[in-house]
Amino acid sequence: MNGRDPFIAFICLLLLASVALLALWLDEPYIITLATKVSILAMAGVGLNLALGHGGLVSFGHAAFFGIGGYVAGILASHALNYEPIMQSPWLIEGTTRMLIIWPIAALVCAAFAWLIGALSLRTSGVYFIMITLAFAQMIYYFAISWPGYGGEDGLSVYLRSTFPGMNTMNGIHFFAICFVWLMLAMGLCSRLVQSRFGLALQAARQNPVRVSTLGISPYKVQLTAFVMSGVITGIAGALYTDLNRFVSPSVLGWHTSGEIMVFVILGGVARLAGPLIGAAVFIILEQTLGSWSENWQFWLGAVLIVMVLHARGGIISLLDRRASRG
Amino acid sequence: MSASLFIEQLLNGLQFGVMLFLMSAGLTLVFGVMGLINLAHGSLYMVGAFVAAAVAGWSGSFWLGLAASLAAAALAGALVEMVVLRRLYRRDHLDQVLATFALILMFSEGTRWLFGAFPLYLDVPDVLAGSVHLPVLDIVYSRYRLAIILCGFVVAAGLYLLIARTRLGIRIRAGQSDRQMIGALGVDISTLYTLVFALGAALAGLAGALVGAIQSVEVGMGEPVLILAFVVIVIGGIGSIKGALIGAIIVGLTDTMGRFMLPVFFRQFMDNAAASSVGSALASMLIYILMAAILIIRPSGLFGKPA
Repeated sequence: MNGRDPFIAFICLLLLASVALLALWLDEPYIITLATKVSILAMAGVGLNLALGHGGLVSFGHAAFFGIGGYVAGILASHALNYEPIMQSPWLIEGTTRMLIIWPIAALVCAAFAWLIGALSLRTSGVYFIMITLAFAQMIYYFAISWPGYGGEDGLSVYLRSTFPGMNTMNGIHFFAICFVWLMLAMGLCSRLVQSRFGLALQAARQNPVRVSTLGISPYKVQLTAFVMSGVITGIAGALYTDLNRFVSPSVLGWHTSGEIMVFVILGGVARLAGPLIGAAVFIILEQTLGSWSENWQFWLGAVLIVMVLHARGGIISLLDRRASRG
Repeated sequence: MSASLFIEQLLNGLQFGVMLFLMSAGLTLVFGVMGLINLAHGSLYMVGAFVAAAVAGWSGSFWLGLAASLAAAALAGALVEMVVLRRLYRRDHLDQVLATFALILMFSEGTRWLFGAFPLYLDVPDVLAGSVHLPVLDIVYSRYRLAIILCGFVVAAGLYLLIARTRLGIRIRAGQSDRQMIGALGVDISTLYTLVFALGAALAGLAGALVGAIQSVEVGMGEPVLILAFVVIVIGGIGSIKGALIGAIIVGLTDTMGRFMLPVFFRQFMDNAAASSVGSALASMLIYILMAAILIIRPSGLFGKPA
């Protein structure tokens, strides 16, 4: 992280909020939906950035957490909406559509999975780490596809968004506010975390694990903790994503999702506070504008991404930074 | 479950494994020599399949299609290497992942642009059509699949000779162990890299063309195979051709036999419907479970050098 990062992040958040408010004023609900999507995807990226950027743990399997969070939200809500308890014996467990209950459960389930996946994957490093995290995500993806219980390959529809006290979540701007506050919380947490003792240890463990262990800190424990936190943040974003679409399917668990979350982070700027937000926003803007120009927009998206990798090292944020420090 | 069905499945697994080997050999070479993670390798497989199907459909000759697919995939590989990828060798893996992810988008959409959204079909050549009768246990097996298995082993042997016995092979191995040194010894590294990349691409194209006659040729066909090829090279140890061969056969057999045996196994103590859903769920996860287990026991694969 760089000294100017909080300032850049503040400006970016302000921009995102103004876009949503402007869209409300101009009565453009589609733009509000897009701004909500950017908030959620950026939050997933913020989660990944903690592991990938600060911790140097290149996870190609964060779709697992995004999808698990999404499925927790979807399963709980669909049980509640259909009045079918999840379990009757030995205890009665019912579904719920209350976000304040869904979020902690999604966080807990994601933490458990992230702990398990992290504990096993951290035994490897480098490319092998990239691939083993991918393998775990694929396991969960194929499980979701072939398990007939919750829609299998067809996915699971939730016909109403879950509820939040005092808000009407079916109203676009209300739901945007919830997602936006989550994004702010996640970014705030990360910026505090990175400057804390823990964050310093995490970054030191990336740069020189031997030295960190001679100081009496176990790199493994620090990295595992960061991986779990990263998975939880991405998982809560996944729960919000289910509510946004009122639908969850195995495709959110697929490797394309992992790739896209990674693209947000790299495109915006690795290990930079506002990186995932800038990356997600630019990605969505490109998708929308190229999509309206050409049927084959993915081709042009690919071309733009390649030009950016080759010529904007350090992501878009470093271009902004360079210009700012020159001027 | 009869013995002949079992052996038939075993051969199917072997055929799948051999096809995965053709994919992973290039991937592991490119990683071993250039240190590049190439997510777009599956796109070259797709290019091979599409060109084979288009040329065979136009000329009526499977063999012409096969030759064209090799040439097209090698050409596409060399082009991509020269225009984009060679700038990324010194970058970290993140940039490589992003760039090759972008290449997948371009290849998939470009193919859809050129060939349309409908799948193409490639016919098995007359010589290899029908089935052969194997004297062992009275088995009838597809002649074409048997030919793929043979072709895979011939390619494996050829690659072994190329790497172990030729000047190019010596340079490739030298490039794997010390890049700067072979440059200092006067070997033109960038040509060598393009050559290695084109070789890997041609193998992927060959795999695509061969498989094109068994399944439909469509956009996105490369991605599932790409992930499996990564599983293979990680199990075998990145950079090792021998590891890729053994890893590919392990993965091919595990996947095919898992899908065949697990539902049968669960039927011993469950009712039919539950057994087939549990069995198929577990079977589709099986190779990833295997990969995770191997990496936990041997963090750099079966034949990889410790990091």
